[in-house]
Order: sequence, then structure tokens, then C-alpha cells
Amino acid sequence: MSTQAGTLNQCGGCASSCQHGAQLTRLGIKVRNWDYTIALAGNPNTGKSTIFNQLTGLRQHVGNWAGKTVSRAEGAFNFNDKKFKLVDLPGTYSLLSTSVDEEIARDFILFGKPDVTVIVADATRLERSLHLVLQVLEITSRAVVALNLMDEAGRNGLTIDARELVRELGVPVVPMAARRADGISELLAAIEKVSLNEFPLRARQARYADEELELSIGMLANNLQATFGDLPNARWVALRLLEGDESIINAVRDKTLGTLKTENSLPSMALSEAR
Amino acid sequence: MNAENIIKQAADLRRSIGENLHDRVTAAIYRDAEQIADRAVARQGESAAQSFDQKLDRILTSRIWGFPLMLLMLTTVLWLTIAGANVPSAMLADFLQGTIYNGLHSLASSLSSPWWLSGFLIDGVYLATAWVISVMLPPMAIFFPLFTLLEDLGYLPRVAFNLDRLFKRAGAHGKQSLTMMMGYGCNAAGVVSTRIIDSPRERLIAIVTNNFSICNGRFPTMILIGTIFIGATAPPILASFIAATSVAAVAVLGIVFTLLVSAFLSKTWLKGEASSFSLELPPYRPPQIWQTLYRSLIDRTLIVLKRAVWMAAPAGAIIWLISNVFIGEISIAAHIIGFLNPFGLLLGLNGVILLAYIVAIPANEIVVPTIIMLTLNAAKSGLAQNGVMFEPETDAQVREVLTGVGGWTILTGINLMLFSLLHNPCSTTILTIWQETKSLKWTAISTILPVALGIAVCFLTASIARLSGLI
Repeated sequence: MSTQAGTLNQCGGCASSCQHGAQLTRLGIKVRNWDYTIALAGNPNTGKSTIFNQLTGLRQHVGNWAGKTVSRAEGAFNFNDKKFKLVDLPGTYSLLSTSVDEEIARDFILFGKPDVTVIVADATRLERSLHLVLQVLEITSRAVVALNLMDEAGRNGLTIDARELVRELGVPVVPMAARRADGISELLAAIEKVSLNEFPLRARQARYADEELELSIGMLANNLQATFGDLPNARWVALRLLEGDESIINAVRDKTLGTLKTENSLPSMALSEAR
Repeated sequence: MNAENIIKQAADLRRSIGENLHDRVTAAIYRDAEQIADRAVARQGESAAQSFDQKLDRILTSRIWGFPLMLLMLTTVLWLTIAGANVPSAMLADFLQGTIYNGLHSLASSLSSPWWLSGFLIDGVYLATAWVISVMLPPMAIFFPLFTLLEDLGYLPRVAFNLDRLFKRAGAHGKQSLTMMMGYGCNAAGVVSTRIIDSPRERLIAIVTNNFSICNGRFPTMILIGTIFIGATAPPILASFIAATSVAAVAVLGIVFTLLVSAFLSKTWLKGEASSFSLELPPYRPPQIWQTLYRSLIDRTLIVLKRAVWMAAPAGAIIWLISNVFIGEISIAAHIIGFLNPFGLLLGLNGVILLAYIVAIPANEIVVPTIIMLTLNAAKSGLAQNGVMFEPETDAQVREVLTGVGGWTILTGINLMLFSLLHNPCSTTILTIWQETKSLKWTAISTILPVALGIAVCFLTASIARLSGLI
């Protein structure tokens, strides 16, 4: 991994959008004794790695195409005297399928129990981004939507009502243009707020019109809670069991539900060579 | 209630709820997303940027123009690399293999260090490192930024789009065209990137064939050999263009092999239909020139160069040792080269090249320096007796050494380029394949299949050249 993490006060990098008094220190890969874990999820090619690099000072490979981040990358930053570990997840369109990259993303959000999951959404393709946003919100309500590529959306003649999105989704929504470092400090503030439980989270939960389905989900979720105790989201697991999702069934069967499989050390090595 | 019971309960409930649950859940999410987006997004007609993107895409991915434009783009990038790297390469070599090298030797003799110590350190470790830097640094410093600019612009997914039809016909996954593009950076990274392919069958095909993408470590070899053996046959004004065309031809041949081997695998051991997927064409984004330059120079170029230097130093030590430790009358290197030579010549290569490929298993980057040093060392005892100490610096001198001392012909040059495309992956990639597949069988196949193909292809071209009396 790259290690040239600049420890700069943020006003060096983004003078225009800085809030006074807020201090960002990029810690690169020095991930130790963190107070909060932040996951970075989103569709492919929406700027996750760009945001990751902006926050950590690392230089993950960024490229204008879908599918170049396929494993987890970790970095850290300090903001207002709190230490955050940031985990860049592979870009995915959903959390329902079975490819390895989607599984890595889903497992981390589900079992890694991040304090905040930042979902990077593409402002130019909002509807499709929302598919993933809604799926993540089913798993966790501790989320922030980073509405990235606002500059491009503007060029395409799109205007997006971020406050309407906050009302609909029930989590903070931060308009951004990460390539120009626009919105980074607002994103940091939102991450901090959710970490400290200062934002009244009432994340939108999909309710199914089907009464029998709702009943079944409720019943299974209760049993799961009784058996496994502190589950991140029993409703979601129950729904996957009903669907017959093999990997979740296996996780229930061998009692690995609730523990995160650690990845072998290899992907990070291969990644460092890719750059 | 234990886990087994919960699973059983879920299965029972599933039956009573009905079959298409997954679709119903997905549909509910899609409906929600559509409603929210409707409320939050306002659009003012079709923008100029979008229609420009569409126009550009119609040309870049058109059935008629897509492939010629791809070839043109590839050849242009390679031509700029070759033409631009010429002068700095010569200057670097003059400095590193001339000034510094001679300086080190005079320093050593003024310190009256024993011949074996200065030989080991200067003619072994230092020289191999110097060679790697002067051969690799200039082309990489031009090639990487250009490639990264194309990537930033959003051209790579268009290439993938063009190739998708061919991959489908070969029974492979369309996303394999993306993992193939990743392989042009580094095959180990290419193998890891196959995680985006969800069907295990198609993922294995992508892993086995990733080695046919010429990686960073191999491009400089291709560029040097293409320049001194093929470019040099053309009139000077066309030389770099012809050299670029030859390298582009080998790269295209790599794509042909990717498709052929994919088709072969999907008809034999990995039978099955190609699954469908949707490939996203991202909007064209104006590249951030300075950031790209910085990133590709500092991150990519220096990291790859560092790895090459780390590999070259011990390789240089080994080369010097096997060239200077004698068993009977001749050195260990000469023994091995003599043993490999008949087989090498049969393939239109020679014993030195085969030995170099064994030394270079950890890193393809050091193939050319190894070949030159082994060739020189093999001949040096003779030259040194006549009082000649000679380190080639310019491309022309390298060519002189290889043809004059090593007995190379144009066939040797062409076959080295082919063998550089078709041989076993480097040890890092092999290890990565093992990590990703956890299968001894597929790791072995991925390792042996390309080198077997390389032997077959080189034997074929050598036989044709021999039968038609070209050599």
C-alpha cells in the first residue's frame, strides 16, 4: 500500500469549503485504536475510491470504469480528535447476488458492524443508485448518503433536491463533487453526527404490502434474535432465509452469522501492484 | 430454537408464501427507488454533454469503426512510447552503464578491492539494476500516463464493449474483457479482478487466460526487441512506427489467444453457456492531467520500477555467480546454456533466452537485462583475453551484441516477442491464482498451458522460417 499519507490540516486541500475549527488529519494506513469504523459502499464508478483517497490521504487506484475495486481497502483519518477507520468496499449494484465482490461488500456491512455506512450515490443516475441505498438501509440505519458527481449532474441539466431525499430516506444526504473535493467537510460532519448518535435516524425500511410475508419475516426475525442474540438486522436475515439465500443459510447453520470472515492478505498485495 | 429449526421453519414458510419472493422483494425496492427519484430529481431537457457522449459512443463502439479505432489508439500510444523513450533511454544507459559503471570500477581498483568482490557487486548486482532502470524507466514513464489518461477518460469500458461480442462467442463472460484490460497493468491484479465474474466457470476461464494480457513487466521487453530487431529493418523515418506496429501486433495476438483458449476451455473442461450481464458505459470525464501524471509517475512507474530493481539486484548476483563459478573448464552458466541450447535453437530461440526465463520467473521485468548480461558473460572470457571491456549502451550496440556475440537473427527477435507473450506467469501471479482458486489443478493449468503454447508457436514459426529458407 501507499504510505505517503499527508498529515495536513484540511484547509490546505479544500480551502473553499472548509468549516472553521474542524480538523481533518489524514492517517493513511496507520489504522490503530480507532474509535469508529466507517464503511464506504456504492455502485461501481461513483467515486468511492476518490472519496476514500480524499479522506485518508492514500492513493487507491481510481479509474473511470466499473469493477476496479474488488476487495476491501482500509485507511484511517482523524477528525475533531476522533479516530475513524475507513473501509472501501467493492462497488456493487445490489447486495443480493452471489459474486465474490458483492459478498465482500454485503458481509462487511452486515457482520462488520460499521458505526456508519457511507453509501456513495451517483447524482447522474440517482434511481439506480437508490436500489443499493435502499438495500443498505434495510441492513443498517446508521448510514450517510454521499450524493456524488453533482457537478456532472449539473452539466447534464439535472437538479436534485437533497432535502427531499433526506425526508424520504431518513438519513443525512450530502451533495458532493469529490473529484474537486467539494462537500468533503460536509460529509465529515455528517459522519461525525451519525457516529455520535446526534442525527435522529429513522431510515426508510421497506414494508411489504403482503401481510403474510410481513408475518413470516417477523416470526423468523424473533427466532433469530432469540438464538443469536445481538444481530445487526434480523429482519434482513429473515428475508434472505425466506428467499433461500445459500450463503446466509450456511452462515446460520455453522453459526458464523455475526462474525466477519477475514480476507486473506493477498488482495491488498495485488492491489498495490496494480497501481 | 436452534439454527437447524430456524432454517427448517424458513423453508416451510417459503413454501406457503410462494415462489417468486425474490422478484417481489426486488420489485418493491425498484418501485420505491423510482418514486423517490421522481420526487427528488428535476430534468431540463437533454443536455449537450449527454448528446456529445452518445455521438462519441456511436463512433467508438460502432461495428465498423470500433476495432480500427482501438488498433489506432493502441499503435499511437506505443508509437509515442517508443519514439519518446529512445533518447532518454540512451542517455540513461550512457550515464548508468558508462559514467557510473566506469567510476565504480576505478573506485574499486583505487581501493584495491579483490576482483571477485568488485565483480560480484559492480558487474553483478549494480549492472543488472542499471540495466533494468535504463530499459524500463523511459518507456514506463511515457506509457503509463498515456494509458491512465485513456482510463480516466472512460475509454476502457468502450474497449470492453467492443470485445464483448467476441467473448460471448467464445463462451466466456463479457466482463472478462474488463479483467483482461486490468491484466495489461499487472496479471496478478487481473486475476484478483476476476472476482467481478459471478459464475465460477467463467471466472476460471478469465483467470487461466489473463496471462495473455501483456503486463507492465513485459511491455518494455517487447518495446526494446521490437525496436532493435523489427523497427531497425525499416528506414529510419518509419522505424518507430514499424516497431510500434510490431508490438501492437503481439498485443492483438494476445487477445486472439485469449479468445481461442477461452473458446477451447468452454467447449472442453469448462463447458457451459455464456451468462448475460449489463456492461456500463460511464460518461466521458475530462481527465485531470496533472493528477494523472503525478499518480502514474509516482505510484505506478516508481512502484513497478522498485519491484524490478528489487528483483534485478539478486538476479544480477546470481548471473555473476553462475558466470564466474567454474566446473571443470567452463562456468555453471555455460553448462546450463549448453544444455538448453539445442532445445532453444529448435524453437528459434537459444539457451541464453531459456536460462533468462528461468532466472526471471520471479519478475518478467528482468528478462532483457538477464539475456544481455548472460550473452556478454558467455562471450566475455574470449573478448577479455583480447583486452576488450565492453558494455553496450545504445540500442544499436545492444543489437550488435545480440547478433554478433549471441548469434541472433530476426527470427530470434520475433520468437522472443512471441515467447514473452506466451510463457508461464510470474511467481506472484501464480501465487495469486492459487489464492483465488485454491485449486492445484487450475494453478498448474494456468502455469503450464501458456508455456506449452509458447513452445508450440515458437517451434512453428522456427520451422516455417527454416523450411522456407529464411534463416
